[in-house]
Amino acid sequence: MTAEGVETIIAARGLTKSFRVKGGETVHAVRGVDVTVCRGEAFGFLGPNGAGKSTTMRMVACTSPRTGGELTILGRDPDTDGVAIRDRLGVVPQQDNLDEDLTVRENLYIYARYFGYPRAYCRAKAAELVEFAQLTDKAEARVSQLSGGMQRRLTIARALVNDPDVLLLDEPTTGLDPQARHVLWDRLFRLKQSGVTLVLTTHYMDEAEQLCDRLVVMDGGLIAAEGSPAELIAQYSTREVVELRFTPGEQAAAEDAAAALAARVEVLPDRLLLYTDDGDETLAAVTAAGIAPLSALVRRSTLEDVFLRLTGRSLVD
Amino acid sequence: MRQWRPYFVSGLVEAVGGPALYLLALGLGMGTLVNRNGSAALGGASYVAYIAPALLCAAALQIAFSECSFATFGRIKWRRTLWGITATPITPEIAADAHVMFISTRLTLSAVLYYLVLLVFGVAGGPAGVLMIPIAVLSAMAVGVWILALSATIDDDAAVVFNLVMRFGIVPATLFSASFFPIEQLPWVIRPLAWLSPLWHGNELARDAALGGLSAWRVALHLAVLLALFVAGFVVARHRFRSRLAS
Repeated sequence: MTAEGVETIIAARGLTKSFRVKGGETVHAVRGVDVTVCRGEAFGFLGPNGAGKSTTMRMVACTSPRTGGELTILGRDPDTDGVAIRDRLGVVPQQDNLDEDLTVRENLYIYARYFGYPRAYCRAKAAELVEFAQLTDKAEARVSQLSGGMQRRLTIARALVNDPDVLLLDEPTTGLDPQARHVLWDRLFRLKQSGVTLVLTTHYMDEAEQLCDRLVVMDGGLIAAEGSPAELIAQYSTREVVELRFTPGEQAAAEDAAAALAARVEVLPDRLLLYTDDGDETLAAVTAAGIAPLSALVRRSTLEDVFLRLTGRSLVD
Repeated sequence: MRQWRPYFVSGLVEAVGGPALYLLALGLGMGTLVNRNGSAALGGASYVAYIAPALLCAAALQIAFSECSFATFGRIKWRRTLWGITATPITPEIAADAHVMFISTRLTLSAVLYYLVLLVFGVAGGPAGVLMIPIAVLSAMAVGVWILALSATIDDDAAVVFNLVMRFGIVPATLFSASFFPIEQLPWVIRPLAWLSPLWHGNELARDAALGGLSAWRVALHLAVLLALFVAGFVVARHRFRSRLAS
């Protein structure tokens, strides 16, 4: 995956992580992951809850030692150079961990101080990032008074105090309303344009399609697929999907006839999904075959189709 | 640790008001009763002068407990700020060091204020009585570092565990560590329990600083016990911080 002359930022080979939980049982959260992330790339880890995304992110963030395999970040080994690597990383955790007793500006200032910068530099950086987070009016407000979206923006701004080479984002927009998500995507896109390498986990497919150049789908601690969003759709789904909805009870009769009309047909409790390269043609065939659905929809395949195909439709946690 | 700033005024009132109340109630109220029976058992000191060093040590222990227990645990579990801090070049060990430094500083400030109140009441002993301040900080932190280690270890049952420590650790230690009466008054069977109490070592040292009366080797022994307890607890706390925050 690494192109000539492009600097490798993160390289993992056979990366594993096991925990001993209470009762003496060992949980294998990550079972052997190979990834390569290059400078300037936006790389995504997709997967259902419990797939091992966050555990992988913590190993990359040098806050969780690996159990096995090789891991190099910015050319260094986290086991021996954790402090030096963390000095160059920005970390946005899944749960905000801002200091709620401090103001927006103080949070940024204090966090910059943890990196050892002089006071004047930290003050200037805090002022700059208050702007970046669009929190100028709230700069002197305590964090406990901010909305969820504002806190998330502040957490992302805080991760930038050291002008990181890599920004690690663990589910950056989970729990936010659509407006807040779009504002965040805009900020992240700007960062990517300015050359920051982004590594994020998400289980929102639209987020992955919006932000990621390349991604891996994780399931059960392993990588199930890897590629760009378009490559993954081409490889694991078809170009288009025809969704047929039936009046309750009438679907079963149509299932056999429909199965012959598409490369793959998925049977859901309330509808049939026909995976095809030409949706309109398939829909015409459906009508010709005498199948009379309640409603029919032709749409493009999305990463969500890939995701569900690779990780299944049943709940995992 | 600017976090503490909003609580500065209430902390100040508590630091001065608390001791004043204790001294008035125990010293002047109960002390009048005790002194009527003569103060030979107290080494000749008035009751209020006898308990003053112990009140200082007990107050330091109380503050150490609250800072090392719920306040620290909260930064790990509820507010999660320590996870943010250790995502930077700051290591869990440095975070543990910072906790010990911050809490010790806070204890020193409180102990200085307490000492000034004792001075006003005329029960701070001679010039060497000023040594009660570092002694109180040391004996409180000798316990505090172990509570820090506990805070980095426990998870869901924090409130239960901390209440147990308070009820079966801090409170009995305060009552039976020669704070309000010499341990010679205790039945001989339970006297060795007082020897185990870090607060007893602190009380003996603080009382010696204010009123004198201990031989040099006993001073050395008390100091050695407190220092050993502190150093061992500090090492364990640093280790527990790493296991919790970087596992």
